[in-house]
Amino acid sequence: MAEAEVAEKVRMLDIYIMEKHYQVPEGLTIQTALEYCGYRLIRGCGCRGGSCGACATVYNFTHDPTLRYGLACQTAVELDMCVVQIPCFPTAKPIYDIKKLRPTVDQVLGIYPDLATCFGCNNCTQSCPQDIEVMDFMSAALRGDFPAVTAESFECVMCGMCAARCPQGLSPYNIAMLIRRLHGRYLLPKSKHLEEKVKEIEEGKYDAEYEKLRSTPMEELRHIYDERWIEPK
Amino acid sequence: MPYPPYMEESIRKLEASRQRRMKEEIPLISSDERDIIVRKYHPDYRETGKRKLLLGPNKDETMPEELANQLEGNSRVDPDKVDLSKIGYDVDVLIIGSGGAGLSAALLAQENGAKVLIATKLRLGDSNTIGAEGGTQAADRPNDSPVLHYLDTMGGGHFENVPELVWAMARDAPMAIKWLEDLGVNWDKETDGSMRELELAGECRRRVHSCKDYTGLEVMRVLRDEVRCRDNIDYIEFEPAIELIMDDEGQVAGAILVNLETNELSLVRAKAVIVATGGLGRLHTQGFPTTNHYGATADGLAMAYRVGCSLIYGDSIQYHPTGAVYPLQFVGILITENVRALGGQIINIDGEQVACNLEPRDILASFEIRECTERHKGITTPAGNVGVWEDIPLIDMIHGEGTIARRLPSLVHKFSRFNIDLIHEPVLVYPTLHYQNGGVRMDANSATEVPGLWVPGEVGGGVHGRNRLGGNATLDIYVFGRRAGREATRYAKEVKLGKLTLNHVRQWQKELEWLGIVKERPFSPMLLPNYARQPSDYLADLYTEKLQSGLVKLA
Ligand SMILES: Cc1cc2nc3c(=O)[nH]c(=O)nc-3n(C[C@H](O)[C@H](O)[C@H](O)COP(=O)(O)OP(=O)(O)OC[C@H]3O[C@@H](n4cnc5c(N)ncnc54)[C@H](O)[C@@H]3O)c2cc1C
Repeated sequence: MAEAEVAEKVRMLDIYIMEKHYQVPEGLTIQTALEYCGYRLIRGCGCRGGSCGACATVYNFTHDPTLRYGLACQTAVELDMCVVQIPCFPTAKPIYDIKKLRPTVDQVLGIYPDLATCFGCNNCTQSCPQDIEVMDFMSAALRGDFPAVTAESFECVMCGMCAARCPQGLSPYNIAMLIRRLHGRYLLPKSKHLEEKVKEIEEGKYDAEYEKLRSTPMEELRHIYDERWIEPK
Repeated sequence: MPYPPYMEESIRKLEASRQRRMKEEIPLISSDERDIIVRKYHPDYRETGKRKLLLGPNKDETMPEELANQLEGNSRVDPDKVDLSKIGYDVDVLIIGSGGAGLSAALLAQENGAKVLIATKLRLGDSNTIGAEGGTQAADRPNDSPVLHYLDTMGGGHFENVPELVWAMARDAPMAIKWLEDLGVNWDKETDGSMRELELAGECRRRVHSCKDYTGLEVMRVLRDEVRCRDNIDYIEFEPAIELIMDDEGQVAGAILVNLETNELSLVRAKAVIVATGGLGRLHTQGFPTTNHYGATADGLAMAYRVGCSLIYGDSIQYHPTGAVYPLQFVGILITENVRALGGQIINIDGEQVACNLEPRDILASFEIRECTERHKGITTPAGNVGVWEDIPLIDMIHGEGTIARRLPSLVHKFSRFNIDLIHEPVLVYPTLHYQNGGVRMDANSATEVPGLWVPGEVGGGVHGRNRLGGNATLDIYVFGRRAGREATRYAKEVKLGKLTLNHVRQWQKELEWLGIVKERPFSPMLLPNYARQPSDYLADLYTEKLQSGLVKLA
């Protein structure tokens, strides 16, 4: 099909990549639009499915300068969009040994002393492509409400946009990382049945049964498999 | 982009049959019937798009063409121009790749006393692992056992799995979950601490551990944070390996890395090398879109093949039955199998179930392909893609309102960005390239046939036979990653490296020349797919070609 013919069917959108003008067909994400324009991505592209945070992108519109934040692989291109990717942002990453910590605010403040300087400007929340209430979990962190931090930050893809926008130079996503680990290790109750099973296995409880299956002829094994009891939902 | 009116019409039929379907139970088919449907409809059994390998350990075996090209590719380095005396990094254990397998291996190697370097293609942790949603199997509930897990895995793999590998995985599973719990992973639990577990297709017990539908992300965040906190683990990002280095004793002894931004090469000498490069989704075998991350290009297979490792079931690819088909922006992305585990049914254009929603992946994928091709009961999107419905709202009817929002927040969020409300509307699905069932042949510690080289994770083969069960891939990577890290370190303490050499590359190029295929073969490893539109690409490709080819450019 000739290009002209198609162009009649498909709406072409004007967009601006780092302020340079391009035209792309409707129906692409920011990521595929970049590729459509001929960019071969190295940075700024990861899982291509909204889980990794590699493709954080800042955008606005020629007619509306308000900044918006999205993942390039999860955001449709729109008419008059101006996009810039921010694939990397410098932050300090403190070192700690999770096995030696306690799940307390003091401990977190010891590692991230600047946490106390958050004055609630809400830039972080506004900059989150995952729509996380970042400022809320920062105040939950200061209150020591670690279950709330874990729940509210659970969709964090650690793209770094909150840190990029924080006037205090905080790194909310790293702070939440530490707290989620403290929560998972110390505050969630341990699974007893898991511990028991680990013990049984280490004692070799299942080895003989496995050896028996291992030497079962294939036909019989298939039969055992087809006939096995399936736990109802 | 809500559904266009003609698609809404089919949704009305689906809604009309819901009450009836809630009670309708379609039985699972037997293992003999499975063999029949798979042979008839599964893409692995198509005759086109494949060819025999002309050289290497698997010579004469048939592989998907895209993989065969990578395996038979030209080296990216000219051995005569590489100065092997200029060592950039000298370490005990080199780990190539930073998904779940690579980082598990790194932690265990470090704990056992090794100096570790991780070289990775994209950012630390950018991988297939981070995209895992559904969860991880481990038989840890009282009515379950590693033996049942073993049996399920063997059956799911059509009994072609390597039994020792399956047992290693099933046996270590609870230990892996516990290890992650201790590192700070927030597993879904009841208030008393017992694990909240799901039963995925092909599993006789509830056994899948999840972290909402962000399981891979949660685990990857924790592993990455832990790696960053440890002494003696260095990592280099955007610097993939392009060739393994050997020594004159025939042992793997390092790798050549390339800086993706400057093209500068650097050499790593390592006493042991762990290749944990994951899968091959971005090769788009049979023209399918994929769920895989940007760097899933079979690099490890190509590099290992060139040093003499053979592949097992290299031709076996998993097409996940529930890849998104609409909206266009989401073609190929994964709808987690948890949807089916929670009761989501697969429905055709008339509102009828296509098959039991708990059939293993290859079986359901085959049924869907039959429904959409031979039976013409699929739904076609405006862009020309075909799919069947996955009835997500049914979940709230079965388990109570709020279940979808609570258990599948990631999915609901992603689709809401495109004005599709998955709490009230179904999603259109079709098979998507998801996983490489086979891989480099290995033993129960992930050691390959070539000394000095380990291959834990998706790059390794044999564990899953010809079809992997849901939740076994992420388990595989922690189990075999940990085993490989431990074993490689033990080996590194004893091995004496000889003189470094790239003679295997010289030999390889000679064989290509002798076969007269140097020009026909690409350079490999591929490193990244090229989706950048070339001046010769027509806009028409986007909308006129079918799923089989056109969308590859988008996915
Ligand atoms: C969207 C999605 C959802 C999934 N959901 C589940 C699930 O719920 N449960 C389950 O069990 N399984 C699931 N799987 C499968 C499972 O996640 C993967 O099989 C598994 O995580 C693979 O882990 P890995 O460490 O072997 O490889 P990966 O996690 O893919 O890591 C490979 C690493 O190697 C790097 N790399 C590649 N080539 C090179 C090179 N040349 N040099 C250096 N580095 C390189 C990559 O960048 C990456 O860091 C899912 C997969 C996908 C894609």
